[in-house]
Amino acid sequence: MREPSPRSQLQGLDLHFARGKRSVLEGATLGFGAGEILALLGANGAGKSTLFRLLLGFLSAKRGEVRLDGAPLSSFSRREIARRVAYVPQGHVTPFPYTVREVVMLGRLPETGLLRAPRAEDREIVESIISRLGIERLIDQPYTEISGGERQLTLIARALAQGARLLVMDEPATGLDYGYQLRLMRHLSALAADGHGVLVSTHHPEHAMQIATRIAILHEGRIEADGPPQQVVTAERMRRLYGVEVAVFDDPFGARRLAPIVERREGAPR
Amino acid sequence: MRLALLPFLLLAVVLIALSVGRYPLAPSDILGFLGACLGLVDLPPERFDLLRNLIVEIRLPRVLAAGLIGAALSSSGASFQAVFRNPLVSPGILGVLGGAGFGAALGILLSGDSLTVQISAFVMGLVAVGVGILISNLFGSASMVTLVLGGMISGALFTSALSLVKYAADPYDQLPAIVYWMMGSLGAVDLKQLKGAAPAILLGVGALTLAGRALDALSMGDDEARSLGVPVHVTRYGVIAAATLASSLSVSLAGMIGWVGLVVPHVARLAIGPTNSRLLPASALLGAAFLIAADCVARNITRAEIPIGVVTELLGIPAFILVLGRARRAWA
Repeated sequence: MREPSPRSQLQGLDLHFARGKRSVLEGATLGFGAGEILALLGANGAGKSTLFRLLLGFLSAKRGEVRLDGAPLSSFSRREIARRVAYVPQGHVTPFPYTVREVVMLGRLPETGLLRAPRAEDREIVESIISRLGIERLIDQPYTEISGGERQLTLIARALAQGARLLVMDEPATGLDYGYQLRLMRHLSALAADGHGVLVSTHHPEHAMQIATRIAILHEGRIEADGPPQQVVTAERMRRLYGVEVAVFDDPFGARRLAPIVERREGAPR
Repeated sequence: MRLALLPFLLLAVVLIALSVGRYPLAPSDILGFLGACLGLVDLPPERFDLLRNLIVEIRLPRVLAAGLIGAALSSSGASFQAVFRNPLVSPGILGVLGGAGFGAALGILLSGDSLTVQISAFVMGLVAVGVGILISNLFGSASMVTLVLGGMISGALFTSALSLVKYAADPYDQLPAIVYWMMGSLGAVDLKQLKGAAPAILLGVGALTLAGRALDALSMGDDEARSLGVPVHVTRYGVIAAATLASSLSVSLAGMIGWVGLVVPHVARLAIGPTNSRLLPASALLGAAFLIAADCVARNITRAEIPIGVVTELLGIPAFILVLGRARRAWA
């Protein structure tokens, strides 16, 4: 097995994909590497999930190529990919009451293989990751009985247990309360500081601007913009992307902010 | 560590099952006979022959058959529940029972010879699952929903073919035979048949037991299993093949025995948790013990034997209601 390279990166080059006759991606190019947080913005139905599924090798592109650490993704086995790239889905509910520990232990599968039982070292890794994410009090709780935010953290813990340097997260903040959204952002920043590369799709440009090192915008099947948050997020682009008016300004601390402009009814209480 | 207790439970049930019957024995008789076989104890020759006849020739084949079939149906049910991510799935989901029922009826109609009936039931069970998978793949690659629908269609197809065979059967002779076969019985199983079927059933159950870790990942969802390095299609179809082999052989040996494959995995899950690497061996052991016990009831509760399929339904339904009460929280 090839060892993951220290400078991990995952790139999709000129990806085309169609579902039936409907074209979803028309030449999307997107890449990220260790130490980065790349936030992907795009309206509902823009093809963010399809792009992720191509990057993870769950789908094959009609045209274009995905490269992992510089080599074609297709030259890696599933297990080799799993040791380099982890996928964090939205927090879902499983039909069976696995405990948080058991869910996170699944992250050791790429390392142990399908037949070997987890060893003491696997159990130690799992426990230390769970406490790093601050959910150790849940460790023996059924995954089916914890909150949405706790489930999302459990899935991130599972991804970390894979030992992969690159994480692909599909709208992790969806359905989380305000506190968990902020906690999630903090965890993602810490992961990038720790040398992980994070690709995260989000419906919250504010989140993206807080933590992303780069922001990319998927619009009409292509990456329309890809760069530092200050350059990418403009009022004009937000209007085109989401069809709404927002004000974009720099706050006194030098950070770029978004504020929605909501038309108020006459006489509505302030 | 309750998994470690299950082999002892199974052993105790086997001992009881070998003891009870129209000629009751004490468990010490069984142990004494075992000792005599190993040359550790001396038994009078007449006593030894009597015990040999009762234990080895009459009761053991049924106990072994019940154990194998219980293990096969329960581990098939548990693995299908993981593959289809649905706790209400039973081994018949892909049409194996409909196919095997049709095959058995066809065998009874055409020849009536018990070996022909068994082979026909086994083959048609496999064919029905094959047809179900084929239907699900007709319009592109199968998803889990199309797989279930394909199995339902195939099962319905073979069930209606079964009705046709019943209609064509001689109502005084063949039709009752078909109806009795459908109720399930271990009465006709002998050691020779067992020797033929046991290795394949054990192979199927063994393969399912080894797939436990892959099934845990698969029960999270296809994409997640892939992202964890699990070959999704190989696992899914491999498990379907192993479970179909084991359950089709079970049905061909003993007819329709319902509820075991649905209820036993739930009881096992309540006892030792959902992790499949533990759940599958636990289901197999518990299923074996349950069906051996059910067969004991079937042959001892009245003077005439009750079909075992009826007993498993009568025992399975209250058990399932109890499980429903305990497991409700997880399904909400």
